Amino acid sequence: MNDALTIPLERPAAARAPVVLSEHIVEIISDSGEGAQRCGQSLGAIAARSGNGVWTVEIIPAEIRPPARSTAGASGNRIRLGAGPVTNGGGETDLVVAFNEQVLLGRVHAGELKPGCTILLESMWREDRDPAIVAAYVRIHDQLKAAGYDLREIPMEKECRRLVADARRGKNMFALGMLCSIYSFSLDLGREQIALTFGKKDRKVIDQNVALLEAGFDWAQANLDFRFRIPTTPVTEPQIVVNGNTALALGILASGMEVCAMYPITPATSASHYLSDVFEKVGGIVHQAEDEIAACAFALGASYAGKCAVTITSGPGYSLKQEGIGLAVMGEIPLVVVNVQRGGPSTGQPTKVEQGDLLATMFGSHGDAPKVVMAPSTIEECFYSVIAARKIAETFGMVVVVLSDASLATSQQPVPRPVFDAAWLAAPADQSRVAPGARPYDWDAVTGLSRRFIPGQPGGMYTLTGLAHDRASHVAYDPGSNQESIRARSLKLATLQKTLLPPPVHGDPDGDLLVVGWGSTRGAIEEAVDGLRAEGHHVSSLHLSFLQPMQPGLKAIMQRFAQVLTVEANWSDRPEDAMIDADNRRYSALAMLLRARTLIDIDCWSEVKGQAIKPGSIREAALAKLRAAPGEPS
Amino acid sequence: MTDATECLLRLHDEQHALEDYQSGVPRWCSGCGDNAILTAVQRLCRDEGLRPEKTVFVSGIGCSSRFPHYMNTYGLHGIHGRALPIAEGIRMARPDLTVFVNTGDGDCCSIGAAHWIHAIRYNMNLTVMLHDNQIYGLTKMQASPTSPIGTRSNTTPRGSYLEALQPLEVTLGVQNVSFVAQAVDWIPEVLYNILLAAYRHRGLSFVRILQRCPEWLPKMFEPYVQDPQRVRVLHHERGISISPRLGKIYSNQQEHDPRDLAAARAMASLHDPIPVGILYHNPDVPCYEDLRHAGQARSPAVIRAGLEAEFDKFTIWPQGASAAPVAG
Repeated sequence: MNDALTIPLERPAAARAPVVLSEHIVEIISDSGEGAQRCGQSLGAIAARSGNGVWTVEIIPAEIRPPARSTAGASGNRIRLGAGPVTNGGGETDLVVAFNEQVLLGRVHAGELKPGCTILLESMWREDRDPAIVAAYVRIHDQLKAAGYDLREIPMEKECRRLVADARRGKNMFALGMLCSIYSFSLDLGREQIALTFGKKDRKVIDQNVALLEAGFDWAQANLDFRFRIPTTPVTEPQIVVNGNTALALGILASGMEVCAMYPITPATSASHYLSDVFEKVGGIVHQAEDEIAACAFALGASYAGKCAVTITSGPGYSLKQEGIGLAVMGEIPLVVVNVQRGGPSTGQPTKVEQGDLLATMFGSHGDAPKVVMAPSTIEECFYSVIAARKIAETFGMVVVVLSDASLATSQQPVPRPVFDAAWLAAPADQSRVAPGARPYDWDAVTGLSRRFIPGQPGGMYTLTGLAHDRASHVAYDPGSNQESIRARSLKLATLQKTLLPPPVHGDPDGDLLVVGWGSTRGAIEEAVDGLRAEGHHVSSLHLSFLQPMQPGLKAIMQRFAQVLTVEANWSDRPEDAMIDADNRRYSALAMLLRARTLIDIDCWSEVKGQAIKPGSIREAALAKLRAAPGEPS
Repeated sequence: MTDATECLLRLHDEQHALEDYQSGVPRWCSGCGDNAILTAVQRLCRDEGLRPEKTVFVSGIGCSSRFPHYMNTYGLHGIHGRALPIAEGIRMARPDLTVFVNTGDGDCCSIGAAHWIHAIRYNMNLTVMLHDNQIYGLTKMQASPTSPIGTRSNTTPRGSYLEALQPLEVTLGVQNVSFVAQAVDWIPEVLYNILLAAYRHRGLSFVRILQRCPEWLPKMFEPYVQDPQRVRVLHHERGISISPRLGKIYSNQQEHDPRDLAAARAMASLHDPIPVGILYHNPDVPCYEDLRHAGQARSPAVIRAGLEAEFDKFTIWPQGASAAPVAG
C-alpha cells in the first residue's frame, strides 16, 4: 500500500482556496455495472443546478458484458463543465476517476485524455490476491506516472467498506462526493440528487448513499491538495436534462403521433425503449415489428389510415426501409422517419458517430422520390424537430426524415423545459364527407399540394397505389399523367422551401472564411469559430437544419466570404493523396450538395474517426483553410 | 329531425346494392380465378352491409393484388410482399375499419414470407385471402414457392426442382393461429360460405384459395375441376355446411371439427383430394390490437398530462424550487 494514501497531504484541499477555471472535462469510468454512469449523470445534474454549463457524453462499451478489467470495457460518463453554456463535448479530458487501471488504459489508448491530466485511480488492485492483477496494476500505474500523468491512488474500496459490506454498490456515490468537493459543489445539492435518484426506494438506501457521498466529500477535503471552482450563473428557469434520443421520444409524445413502429437497432433503439415505457400512458403504441421493412410498412399503414406515424431506425435499417419510403412518396402518405446515424456502410460502427447517410437519405429509393430531410443540431432541436416533422409530413403529404446521429443520441445537456402548446398535436383524422367530384390527387398547379382522403370519409373511396396514377388515383401509364404527378411531388418541396427563412450566420455576415455544417457538429463548430474570432480571425459559421429543401439565401450568404468550408463527419478524399486531384476528388456530402446548389467553389474538411468532431480539430482545419489561397484545397 | 329518425334514415341509406362495391372492369384474363373471388367478396360486402367508406382492401403486387382497384371501397395497392404489415398498421391505427388483404402465392409465400409468419402470430382482425395459382402471372410465368415439383416455367424450363411449399401446413404451425380455411375458385357457393365465416371471425382469418391461371397453367387444376370426387368438402356444425343440391355433385364429404388443431394439421397435408372448408378455427386467441389497446380515446389534456409528467422526471429546478418536482 502506498503510504501517502493514509497520511494526509501537507496542504489538504479544505485549507486552500479553489482554483477558478472557465471549464473542465471530467470522466468517471468503471467496468459496466459499477455505477459510473449514475455517478456521472448525478454530477451533471448537480453542476447544472449549481448553474454550470454541462455536456455529458456516455462512454459505452461495444459489448454487452465485456470482461471485467478490460481496456475495451470502459463504461461511464464524460462531463464537460463550463462557466457559460456548453454546446459540445469539447477536447480531451482533464480529470479522470477510474475504478480500475484497465478501463483507464483503454481511454489512454483512445487518445481521450489530456497529456498530464489528473487521474484518481482506485488503489485496491495493488493488494489483490491475484499476483497477475497486482503486476498489471503496478506496471500500468508506473507507466502512466512515467508518462507524466498526475496519478493519485485513492483507497475508494477501503473507505467505502467502513460504511457498506459490498463496496461495488456505493463506490460511485463515494466518487460523487469526492467530485463535489473537487468542484466546490454544495453537498446539499448532492444529497438532494440522491434523494431524487433513489426516491422510490427505501429510506435506508437513501441514507446509505448519502453517507457514502459525505464520506467521499470528507475524504477529498482532507486528502486532496487541489480544488476547483467554475463560476456559475444562477439558474432561474426549469431545465430538462436529456439525451438526444430521449428528446426525440419526448418530441414524438408532444407531436400527438400515436403509432411508432420500429425494429431494434443501435444507436436508435434507446429512443424506442423510452417510448415503449411511456407512450401507452397517453394512448400511443410502440410496435416492434418483425423487421425494418415491416416497421416502415406498419407506420405507413397507420399514416394512410389517418394517424401520421413514425418509424425509428439507424443506417442499416434505413436502407431496408427504402421501398416503403418510396411508396409513401408515390402515394403522398405523410410519414416521419427518424434515422439516428451510425458508422457505415453495412453494419459499420453501431455505437460510433458518423454523418454518412445524408446522400442516401436525400436520394434513396429508386426513381425520383423527393422527401424532406431535417437535421437537428442540438438536443433541444431533437425534441422540436419531431413536432415540426409531423406537421410538415401532414401538411405536404410527404415523407420527412429526421437525421440525428450517435453523438446527439448519447449526449446529455440541460435545455429549457418545453412549455406545452396544444398546436403541437395532430388534429383528429378527418372523417367528413368528401365533396362530390373531388379527387384524391387534385394537385394544385402552383404548389403541387392536394387534399388526401382518409378511410372513413364518405364519398372519398379510392385505391392508393404505388403505380403511376392520375388525379383519381387510377393506374395511368400515359405520358401526361406521369409527368404531371412527378411535377406535383417535386413542387411540394419548393412550396415548403418558400416557407423557410435563411439560416442565421454565426458571427459577422462577411469575412475570410465561412464554416458550414449540419447536424450534431454545431456546438463544436461554433465554439471553434468563437475562439478564432476572439483571436482576430474573420471567420463565421452557418448551420443548416433543413437539407432538403435547403433554406433560401445560401448563395448570397456564402458570396460574402472569401472561402467556404464544410465540416462533416463523412468521408471526403484528401487532396494530398497521390491519386486525388480536382477531377476525381469525392467531396463530403453537404459540400457536394452546396457546390451543385450554389456553383460556389466550396471546400470540405471531414473526419470519420467515429467520435464527435472536437472544436480543436475544427480550429486547425479552419486555420489551414485561412492559410490556403482561395480556390486551393487546404 | 330526431336522432331516432336520423338513425332509421341512415340504416336505410346503408343498404347497399352489389353495384355499390364495384369499381371498374377487372383487367384479369377471362377464366382467371380472381374474378370468382371478386364476385364472392362483393356479395359478402353487400350481405354483411359493410359501409364502403369504412372498408379497406390492402394488397401487395401481382395479378391478384389488383383486387382493391375493383372494389369501390378504400384500398391500398402497395409493395410486393408488404400487404400484411401495411394492413396491420391500418388496423392498429383505426380499429373502426374493416380490413381485408389480398395477396398472391409469390407475394405472401415468397417475398413476404416473413410478414406472413408474423401476421399469423399477431392475430390482428384481418381477413386474408391467399390467391394461390401456383405460378407468377404478372411477370409472365415463373415458378412460385407453391408450384408443384416439376412445374415447367420460364425460370424452370426443365421443371421446378423443389417440393412445393404448403401454405396451410405452414400457417397451422405458427403460434396464435386462429382461422385457417381452404377454398377453390370453381365452387362459388363454398367459396362464399368460407369467406363469410372468415370475415365473421375476430382475428386473422387465413383463406387459401386455389385459383386457376388460364394463361400460364391452364391444366393445373383441370383434373380436380373435372372430377368432383377429387375435392373433399369439410363440414361441421362449427364449420360450413353444403347445400343438398351441391352436395349431390360434391359427394366426397367429411365431418371435420375445426377446433381440433391436430386434425387440421393432418387435413392440411392432404393434397388429393383437395380438402375444402374450414380446417381450423379458434375464436379465443387474443387479437394483438386488443392486447395493445388500439383505438383508445386520447385528448390533448391526456397527452399534456403525460408529457408534463415525463418532463418532471428530467427537470432540474432552480435552487430553492427543488421540492416541486417530486410530487408531480
